[in-house]
Amino acid sequence: MTYHLALTLAQTESHWIDFNVGLLRDEFWSNTIDGLAYGSIYALVAIGYTLVYGVLRLINFAHSEVFVVGAFGAYFTFVGLGYQPGPTSDSGIVPLIVNLLLAGIVAMVASGVIALILERVAYRPLRKRNAPRLVFLITAIGASFAIQQALLIWRGGNPEPAIRLLRPQAVFEFGTTRITNIQIIVFVASLLLLVVADAFVGRTRLGRGIRAVAQDPDTAALMGVNKERVIMLTFVLGGALAGAAALFYVMQIPQGVLYNGGFLLGIKAFTAAVLGGIGNLRGALLGGLLLGVVENYGQSLFGGEWRDVVAFVLLIVILMVRPTGILGESLGKARV
Amino acid sequence: MSAGVGTQRDPGTARQPFGQRVRDWWNSRSRAEQWMITIPVVVLVYLLPMLNVFPLSTEPWTDYELALFNAARLGLIALGLNVVLGQAGLLDLGYVGFFAIGAYVAAIMTSRDSFLHNPHYSWLVVVPVAMAVTMISGVLIGTPTLRLRGDYLAIVTLGFGEMVRLLADNLDPLRGNRGFQDVGRPPGTHADGSPLFTQTDGKPWYWLTVTFIIVILLLIGNLERSRVGRAWVAIREDEDVAELMGIPTFRFKIWAFVMGAAIGGLSGVLYAGQVGFVNNQRFDVVTSILFVAAVVLGGSGNKVGVLLGALVISYLPDRFQLAPQYRFLAFGLALIVLMIFRPQGLLGARQRLLARGRDAYKRLVGAPEPVSADSALTEQGKGGDR
Repeated sequence: MTYHLALTLAQTESHWIDFNVGLLRDEFWSNTIDGLAYGSIYALVAIGYTLVYGVLRLINFAHSEVFVVGAFGAYFTFVGLGYQPGPTSDSGIVPLIVNLLLAGIVAMVASGVIALILERVAYRPLRKRNAPRLVFLITAIGASFAIQQALLIWRGGNPEPAIRLLRPQAVFEFGTTRITNIQIIVFVASLLLLVVADAFVGRTRLGRGIRAVAQDPDTAALMGVNKERVIMLTFVLGGALAGAAALFYVMQIPQGVLYNGGFLLGIKAFTAAVLGGIGNLRGALLGGLLLGVVENYGQSLFGGEWRDVVAFVLLIVILMVRPTGILGESLGKARV
Repeated sequence: MSAGVGTQRDPGTARQPFGQRVRDWWNSRSRAEQWMITIPVVVLVYLLPMLNVFPLSTEPWTDYELALFNAARLGLIALGLNVVLGQAGLLDLGYVGFFAIGAYVAAIMTSRDSFLHNPHYSWLVVVPVAMAVTMISGVLIGTPTLRLRGDYLAIVTLGFGEMVRLLADNLDPLRGNRGFQDVGRPPGTHADGSPLFTQTDGKPWYWLTVTFIIVILLLIGNLERSRVGRAWVAIREDEDVAELMGIPTFRFKIWAFVMGAAIGGLSGVLYAGQVGFVNNQRFDVVTSILFVAAVVLGGSGNKVGVLLGALVISYLPDRFQLAPQYRFLAFGLALIVLMIFRPQGLLGARQRLLARGRDAYKRLVGAPEPVSADSALTEQGKGGDR
């Protein structure tokens, strides 16, 4: 009790928030690298928000849960492949790649399927009834809540023990800045996926359907675009990218698979989407990378516990100053 | 109404929906008759802890009186959120932030763990201070965010609610997980000198909360019938048109936020006092969604409705001992199902912009005007901006 009281007094003397400019300067480059790796994950999830927003004008609140389902998919693929929590032994490069690809496919399928179910069960009946947007939003919140709680009942409130297929090893070193293999893989693979997604929406027939519906759903329907199919495709595409992001997330933060692990990431991905300009695929990439980097700078400057606050503040500032985002051009207007 | 084409009848000859008929019946009573019904109901509500009637009493291992208090407290919160969400149509997902601020103000002022602790702060001082602080924070949060609408507003308020929690987590003087013990309680003693308000006895808390609810019902009811309330409904129904008609929408939205915040702060004080312990654990998004669920389930915009919604959401799980996670899962699913089949909630919103005009019509003609009782949530064709 005395100790408790003494501790209380000691705490009262402490500062409320510390600034640490020195740390920001020292860790600038490692923060940038790490932020780009994180940011590419945000960007992949942000695509899901952007696509759905572009087509349905709906912020899909439950997209964060789509991501978490993917993360569980990746995790249980690891478990199914016989990996144990704790340090994994080196198992040759080829099996490693095959296993990671397998986990990625499972995660993408899991996320895509859950996104599709969500669209079918929750959103489609509302579209049929021509419901106002507030109703869509509350439904999305309800869906997010329900999936989250179902995962909680299934897996409990403790994070899954870490499984690390790929151990982080420094590949390059610039002075004190280390770039790990995981960071490189995550960044390059995400970039590749984003380019593929952009090309898909920009150059294929199905992508043209998405853009047409985003621009004007009724006219697109009159012109022979199957609107329902396009909407399904949009959800599946966004879900699959979230699933890929989930695999990268599990690789980077292996202990992070938790029933509500998607909530913060969802907010951040949404911030990224808004930052770049919601409804704009390239904006999502830009916003994601920017957010990842800024967040890491904030972490150095204010301390790790303020990391998430940085994202929230950034979101509010963007929405107030430039609600259309940096590349404020929507999916519907894009003429690739 | 969204009930579908098949159920639509000719409005001139159609039977009114049940809720509308109840409303018409109620409105056609004289003032004296209304009081004669109201007063016994209020007395009954006050007597509830004494009457351990069968369907109401809890299972043996939960405290019936505390369950009643919790239901009443959620009712108070739902009333506050109803001002923001139901009346003004602003989807605030960070309402738990105001609740948290109220609880923390009470804790900081009265707990011996606090850096500001002063034994002379009585609980009666805490209440107005907490409400003032939450009102100020309502202005602070509302000023930047209320320029946004709909989905964006929801996300940003969600962010603010989380920021309040993160501040409680991370600011050292707010003690994070360790929290504050011995939060102050209202004054008063039993005849034998033991304190009236304790952690275990739910009755005085319940009576106090019901009293607050009645006071707030009167105040909010008056506010709703005033210019402010009509402006809120106008904003809820169509913000652009309201603005065009000369309503300073931004100012009235801030008002709604501030009113709601003050009620949230008050319920935070009550919560902190009864539990006697405040830390960062109870103020997460899940709680916020629960509040929204109470309002939407009951019927946002309808005061009786949201009280009913709060009762259902708080009392049923207490009564039937559902495991907490199942109850949250059920609320998530209930939100989806409700939005699909009955978006206006159990009892739809009553006050529409034309409600007063309709009353006048009825007095003149002697019969209710044939209109449907739909609300902003059910209106068709407002689905989007395309």
